[in-house]
This record gives sequence, structure tokens and C-alpha cells, in this order.
Amino acid sequence: MRVLVCVKRVPAPGAKINITADGQAVDTAYLAFTTSPHEECAVEAAVQLVEAHGGESTVLTLGPAAAEEQLRYAASVGVTGCVLLPIDVADWDPQRTAAALTEAIRTIEATDGTFDLVLFGNESADSGNFQIGVRVAHALGRPMVNGVKGIEIDGDSVRARREAEAGVEVYVLPMPAVLGVKEGINLPRYPTMKGRLNAKKVAVRQLTASGEPGGQQMVTLLQAAEQVSETVILGRGADAASAVVDLMEELGLSK
Amino acid sequence: MSEQTVPSRATVVVIGAGIVGNCLVGHLSRLGWTDMVLLDKGPLPNPGGSTGHASNFIFPTDHNKEMAFLTVESQNQYIAHGLNNTCGGIEVAREPQRMEEFQRRMTSATAWGIDARLVTPAEIKEMVPFINDEILLGGYYTPSVSVVDSLATGTLMREGAVAAGHLSVFANTEVLDLETTDVPGGLPKITAVVTDKGRIEAEHVVVACGVWSPRIAAMAGATIPLTPAVHQMADVGPIDVLVESNQELAYPIVRDMDTFCYERQSAGSMEVGSYAHRPILMRPDDIPSNEASALTPTELPLTYDDFEPQMEQAIELMEMLGDAEIKYAINGLLSLTPDANPVLGETVEVRNLWSAAAVWIKEGPGIAQLVAEWMTYGYPHMCDPHGSDISRFYPHEKTEWHINARCNEHFNKTYGIVHPREQWASQRGIRRSPFYAREEALGAVFFDARGWERPQWYESNAELMEKYPEACEPRTHEWDARWWSPITNAEHLQMRASVGMVDLTAFNEFDFEGPGALGFLQYMCVNNVDVAVGRSVYTPLLTPHGGFRGDLTIQRLGDDHFRVITGAFDGGRDNYWFRKHLPTDGSVTFTDRSQGICTVGVWGPNAAATMAKIVTDHTTAPYDLSQEGFPYGAVRDVIIDGVPCTMFRISYVGENGWEIYTRMEHGLKLWDAIWEAGQEFEICPVGIGVYAVTGRIEKGYRLMGAELESEYDPVEAGLARPKVKSADFLGKEAYLKAREEGPAAIMCTLSMDSQRCADGYDRFPTGGNEPILTLTGERILDAKGRVSRVTTAGAGPSVGKYLLMAYLPPEHAVEGTKLQVMYMNERYPVTVERAGATPLFDPADARMKS
Repeated sequence: MRVLVCVKRVPAPGAKINITADGQAVDTAYLAFTTSPHEECAVEAAVQLVEAHGGESTVLTLGPAAAEEQLRYAASVGVTGCVLLPIDVADWDPQRTAAALTEAIRTIEATDGTFDLVLFGNESADSGNFQIGVRVAHALGRPMVNGVKGIEIDGDSVRARREAEAGVEVYVLPMPAVLGVKEGINLPRYPTMKGRLNAKKVAVRQLTASGEPGGQQMVTLLQAAEQVSETVILGRGADAASAVVDLMEELGLSK
Repeated sequence: MSEQTVPSRATVVVIGAGIVGNCLVGHLSRLGWTDMVLLDKGPLPNPGGSTGHASNFIFPTDHNKEMAFLTVESQNQYIAHGLNNTCGGIEVAREPQRMEEFQRRMTSATAWGIDARLVTPAEIKEMVPFINDEILLGGYYTPSVSVVDSLATGTLMREGAVAAGHLSVFANTEVLDLETTDVPGGLPKITAVVTDKGRIEAEHVVVACGVWSPRIAAMAGATIPLTPAVHQMADVGPIDVLVESNQELAYPIVRDMDTFCYERQSAGSMEVGSYAHRPILMRPDDIPSNEASALTPTELPLTYDDFEPQMEQAIELMEMLGDAEIKYAINGLLSLTPDANPVLGETVEVRNLWSAAAVWIKEGPGIAQLVAEWMTYGYPHMCDPHGSDISRFYPHEKTEWHINARCNEHFNKTYGIVHPREQWASQRGIRRSPFYAREEALGAVFFDARGWERPQWYESNAELMEKYPEACEPRTHEWDARWWSPITNAEHLQMRASVGMVDLTAFNEFDFEGPGALGFLQYMCVNNVDVAVGRSVYTPLLTPHGGFRGDLTIQRLGDDHFRVITGAFDGGRDNYWFRKHLPTDGSVTFTDRSQGICTVGVWGPNAAATMAKIVTDHTTAPYDLSQEGFPYGAVRDVIIDGVPCTMFRISYVGENGWEIYTRMEHGLKLWDAIWEAGQEFEICPVGIGVYAVTGRIEKGYRLMGAELESEYDPVEAGLARPKVKSADFLGKEAYLKAREEGPAAIMCTLSMDSQRCADGYDRFPTGGNEPILTLTGERILDAKGRVSRVTTAGAGPSVGKYLLMAYLPPEHAVEGTKLQVMYMNERYPVTVERAGATPLFDPADARMKS
């Protein structure tokens, strides 16, 4: 089977993220970059699907030239093809991004054949627009399910499972189909040293990113209020015992 | 600043709770410091500095005595805490040169008493079954190699001081400023540390901030010359064979020396580290804050482009690494200094502001003790910090330019094979004497002396080798011949036969003037400096506990005017030592005249005849250069071809002659005048190869940093005068005690009876701490536990022997005694030629005084 994964280069989590003085971008001076967590799972799902059913997997991104790092990361864990849609900025608006991805998918499919599955992350870790996959599926005229936490191939169709408040929803989609994958579907593997070295040799295909700006405009970025956790010292040594007991009772940890 | 939550006053504030700061407060507590504060900007137990991500292993062998001692001492301290996990370690060779380096390592291990042995690829495979022995030539195995828990050790040391009631600890506390106060007539003094939790008045402040040290020191106007630099490391696993071992460290650590990488087991995975990538230097201000760091500030994301070649080499060595997942990979920051040594001691700019920086885990606890002793006693007792002393740096060596150039050059030598005479390639031509153009034209091969370009030998003297063929044999082994030329021996013999001239501009000259000058220098010096005007004195400077702190000559230029002449390598340290002790009452002024004065030495049987042609007094009358009119040790102002000069009848090479000083702008004229006058005597430009090695060793002259260290006293060095002056002086009490007790070791000159190696050619020890052994091959320790080792080695062309200097215990320090020296892991027979200061060449010093 042929599987495509669309990923996005985003700042690595874990550190406080600063915003540039003009409010137009994330200050990247100290930041590392990564693939959004949902998309890491999508990459892992693609690799597992190809391992189980044969075929090939491709990773596609729209982003700055440096996003090649995220493509090679996907290659280092087993994705076999890399396609980059380079743009001059970190990000395009969702409409434009979806249009560019759709166009790129059509271009690739015209020569290489249709992708049975196109996988997205449920949403990106930075802008979190929750819509790229839906827009692309709609444009391609393919069925789409978001929030997917289980994928099974059954002949020409795919069974997608997702968690709902009331229980578990199972969808059966004819392929080609589009799925938005959610973290927890699998545990993404780390690259191995050999994987890293192999990824270095994988050719990155470049296509021109096309698409008109959409309606959504970023006005400014704002720093989220810092979550301050106040440390309360209950006491030291034996003196703290009664305060600890009170607290545990308050938390319902002791009776 | 929020409300004051730190104490308002402390005797000492230590900034930085890494391995150094933690161990330092522990050692200070043990030494009686009872009122300390330890601060760190980050959280405990891992504030986010280099300690937190260190690979924590210790390979004890080091060619450098100071670092070898401190490493073994540190390992012992980790052992005492029960936090030393011995796993053994193998350095493996892929290249033939590395196998030779292992012979040298065996020699150093013998000197320091470290158990080590050479192993074959098959033996390596037996210890490390997953290694690819087919690409290996052999290994150097050290059973005592260990992994230590530096965070836990630091915590124990810190908590020990807290438990003793001597220390308050404040994590998450940022230093905002260091306050100083001006001291009239002296250096500014540290007064307070300003933090985001209040201001602490402090008598002493220690900067133990690792990669951030320069930034913190700068708050007080002081300089700590180091740069943060990247060391790449990846943790890969799980790996079945390691998981199945069910141990943290079941296999020896492997250092893949020729690829500059290491592989160290960490339970089920392997840490792969590299010193092979391009040097990646940072500025302290560019290190992210704790908040802006995904991991910690010193664990930056690995840049894979730099690491990929090392991954290939690692997989080549251990194939299983290729399929293991990279779980953790960092560009870890550590501190590099221009000469790769730590930066320790009181800063030269601010009194009571101390540096304890650029320290690795392997030497952390020992160095913490050393700095604690330094702060407590005025100088460390455990060993001489000569190579780590912060005051060693000259101004140009403290610039970011210099730091970066040298660190870029030496980073890839971390696992390199570095020759004892190795020369720097970067930052050359920084300081040149006025004679430089002439020297260059004479084919000088320049060596670096703290920035000075000094001719080591002159290619123009190659012809002289035909005159002295038996002394100018080439050396067979490339290692022995590296950074060396047989021309040195020809220069030596020509100087002894006629006359030679030596560029000594790298000397430092310090002037002391004022009514307190005599009293001050009497206090600083062992020997009596109250000599007649126009006379001089050689003297040791002692530490408070009576070891060598310096040695130099002092000229009395007037009743209240003295000039100190000291060498290039210790000029910075001597400058600091004098200024530190200078009275602040204005009775003595200190002036460093080094930048304005150039020096040329003229020595040999025809030195006087050469100089007689051109030296006059101020009236153009010929100057009396006779031994009677101008005796040994005298200093005179003269005119040489119209140039005002000062001549000093002295010699470090054992020949009659002078050091001649003039102002820099007169230098070329002086050089030309001497050169021309000497032509009829075939005057020879002589390099430092003669001055510092062959000429010196034949005369048994001691050198600071080689024979003279704080671990030895003047009695042992053979430099004690028959009488002790009545005036008090620094170290006097200890010196009197040393004279009473007698020496535990005596500085000796030895000759090699045979230099023939097993392969049938002669070898030439470099003077790099080669151990002296008994005839049965035992290393020799004196009553104070100090090992007998070669401090200087060199040819003695005039005595026809290859000479070594070494301290020997009295039972061996007997002329005629037969011993052995180990060089490159082979033993050679030696004979004790001289015990004490009597020279081998011209023992009566008749040549200098005729």
C-alpha cells in the first residue's frame, strides 16, 4: 500500500517559548524543532502499516527549508520518501496550506500513483487550527475521520477507531481515505544510529508550494500567562507531620 | 529585588552548586570555615550546569603531574563517599602512533603508581565481547577506571557543611551583581553579592559557575578566561547484551582514541560521546536560561550533521550500536580554557574574589580541596597549582579572541597525542622582540613563550653542525626528534667555544621603588636583598608553608629602587604575587616595565672581547669590563654604540657574559652592534634550546615549574644558602624547619648510561615526568610520598652525555648510584652524576668568572 504522512515543523516543547518583540513570530534563538506529537504518531502508524502490509510511505511538509530536518527525522524511523514544499516563512494560513498540500498530493499521485491513505496529525502543536486534514480530504473528495486512535486495513477499506465520550466509535472508510491521527495510537520509536545515517542519504523531492492566501490572518502572538506554582513549605522534619496529615486528609488520601 | 531571604552577611559566598561549588563548601567546612553561603541560579540537586549531564567517568592516567595527582585524589574522595563504581577502562588504538602513545601512557602510569597494562585485540574482545577487534591494533587497560556519582557526591559534601552548621544553601537564586570597594594603593576588594533574594556582604566570593564563570566574574571587573564549548553525547538503547548484564556497568568503558570517541555502558544502554566534531564554542551570555531550556541550559539539542561521522565510527567499532534507538542526544556544554587547564585561585583584578572554574568531574573534589586550602592557608598544601593558577595568563591571553583561537585549536586534541614540546599554530606573532626581523632572516625556528616568538634554534647555524659532527647526530625516532633540531647542540658548542647571543626579550622586569621597597622585598624573598647599589641577588620566593612560589633575580638600581627579572612563563604569576602582597600605604610603587624593555644575552669565552669593542661610558671612554671592574652579579649602565643600556653580569648557561637590556626602540641597533662586533669571533645566534635546556642542564640550573614547585623547598632543591638572613620573610618559619629537618629528597643530575632501545637505536627522553626506577624496577618514593621523576631532560653536548634532572631520596641521591629511567615503557640505565646544585659542567663556575 501507499501511505502519505503530512507533518509540520514546530518548536520543541519543554522550554518556555518566547515571542519576538514585534509579536509576529516565536523567538527561535534557543529553540530546537520537532514534529508535532500527533504527527510523530502518524509517522509511526505509516511505518507500521508498510511494515505489516508492504508498500511504501512518504512524508510531506510545507515549511521553511529547515523543515528538511523533520523530513529526515521521519526517514530515520523508516519513511522511504521525502517531499518538501518550501516557503519563506515559518507558516501559511490553514486555507493556503491545505491548498498547497492538495496540489502537491495531486502532483505526486499523477506520476507515482494514488495514496491509499493520507495521514495527518489531529492538529499541529503550535497553531492548532484543527482543519488542514479536513480541508485536504474535502478538496481531494476523500472520506476523512479525525481523532483516530486505531487503524486496521481490511482489503480495500480501512477501519478507523476513535474514542468518544460515550465509548468507542469505529468507522469503515473506503480507500483512498484521509485520517487525522491522535497521540496515543502508538508509541513512536526513536531513530537508531543506522536510521539516522540512512536518512542522510534519502533524496528530498522539492515541489513548488502554491495557493492563495486564505481568510485567516495572524494579528499578533501573545505570551501565555505564566503558570506559577506556589511552593508551600509545610515544615521540616517531624514538625511537618501534622500539616502533612491535614493535607492528605484534604486531598482525600487518608481517612 | 524581592524581600531579603538570604543572610545579609557571610564570610564566604560560593556561587555555583556543581561538583566544584558543592565539594568546595564541604572542604572549607572541614578546614574551619563556619559562616558560608552557597548560591545557585538553578534548582537542586541539578542546577543545570555541566555537572548534571557529565558522563562521570574517570580515566586516571595523565601525563601532566598536577592533573594526574588531582584526578587520583578526586577518585579517592569519590571512593570515600562510596560513590565510585569501578568498571575498568580500555583505550583502544586503530593507528600505529596510538600504540606508541600507549607506551608513553604506561610510563606515566608507572610514575603515578596507576595499575595499567597493554592488551591485545583478543584480550579486548574478551573483556568487551561486542567490540570489533578486527579494526584494533591493541589497547591500554586501566582496571581502576570508574564511573562516579558527581551529583550525589556534591550533595553529600554540601549537606555535610549544612549539618555542621557552617553553610546556608540557596537554590533558584540568581546573582545580579558583585560589589567591590576600591582600596587606595591596592587592588579593589570584593564586598558583597547582590542576588534576587537580597544582598550578602561577604569577605570572600568564589566563582564556581562553570560555563557561566566569565559572566559572573565580569560583574566585579575580573576575568575568568574560558569559553563554553559543545561536547556531543548520545544515549542509545536498549541493547540486549547490556540489558541482560543486569548491571549499571558490566563492561569496561571503551575510549576509541583515534576517532576521539567513547562508549560507556549506562545500564541497558550505551553512552556514545565525541571530541571529534568541529569545535563549537558559545558565549556565556548566549546560553539559555533554565526556563528557556527544554532539558537544562547546558544540554542543547544535538546537531546531527556534526555527529554523523562519529556514529559511523561507533557502529564500525560496535555494530550493535547501529540498531539501538537514540533516546537522548545533546550538545552538552563544558568549559574550555586557552591551554586546557583549569582556572583556579584569586582573580588578579579583585582581592578575595576566587575562581574555581573549568574543572572536569574527574578532578572536581580534589580541586575543591586545593582551592579550599588555598583560601585557608594562602597557598595549597596538597600540590602545586602551577599549571592551573589563574594568574598565569597575560592580558592578551584573556581576550575572547585568544580563548577562541586556542580552544578551536586544542578541542580536537582532547584525545589527541600531544608532544611535550608541541607548539601552538594559532595566535602566533602576538609578541615580537625588536630583533625579530634579524632572527627571521637568520632562519630562526620560533617557539611560543606566552605569546612571545622566541628563536628555538637558527637554521643559519646548520653549517656549524659540520664543525661538531659527533654532537649533532640526528635522532632516529621521529617522536624524539619532533620539535627539536641537532642545530641546538651546534649552537651550544659554538657558544662555549667562542660567543653566542640569545634573545631574552620575553623576560619580565618589575620595578619596586620607594622608601618601603627594601623592606617589602626582604619580606617577599628568602635571600638578603639588602645588597649594594649596582649589585644583584638570586632568590627563591616561598609559599607560606615553605615551598617554592617563584625564583628570580633582583637588581638593586638605587637605595630605594629594585628591579626584578623573571621569566616569560612565570611572569604573570610573579606579577600577581608581588602585587597581592604590596603594602597599601604608598611606601612602595610597583611598575611592570616588561613591555618597554628588550634583552639580549651575550655569553662565551669571547663575550668580553666582543663587548669591549662597543661598550663605553657616557663620555665615550671604553668601559672597564674586567672581572675586577665589573664583577659577576654587578649591574651597570653603559652606552653601546650610542644606545643607553644596562649590563648585568650573570649567566644561566655557565659562560662569562651579560644580560643586556635596553628600551624596545633601541633594540635593533643594539642587536646590530653586538652582531657586528662579534663577527671576528664568529658570533653565533643561539636559541632557547641552548638557553633553557642544554646550557642550563649542564649547569644544573633549576627552572620554576619544572624542578621548583611548591611541593619542594630550597633545601631539597639545593638552593639553601649557608646562612638565613635575620629579616623576617614569607615562609621563613617553614624554611627554618626544613633546614633543621633536612631534605626528604635532593635535586640530582643524572646521566643515561645507555640510550639504546630494544629496537637497536638510541632514544631521548623528553623530560615529561619519566619515572626513575631502582635497578629492580621499583618506582622511588621519598619519605613525603613524592615520586622521583624526570623534571628536565636534555643533551649535554659539552659533557658528552644525555642528562636528566630528578629529585631522589637521600639514600639514592649519592653520586655514582646506578638507577634506571623509564621512557616509552622501556628501562634505561642511569647514573647519579650530581646530588645537589653543583654543576656537572665546570663545577667551580670558573668560566663565568674569568
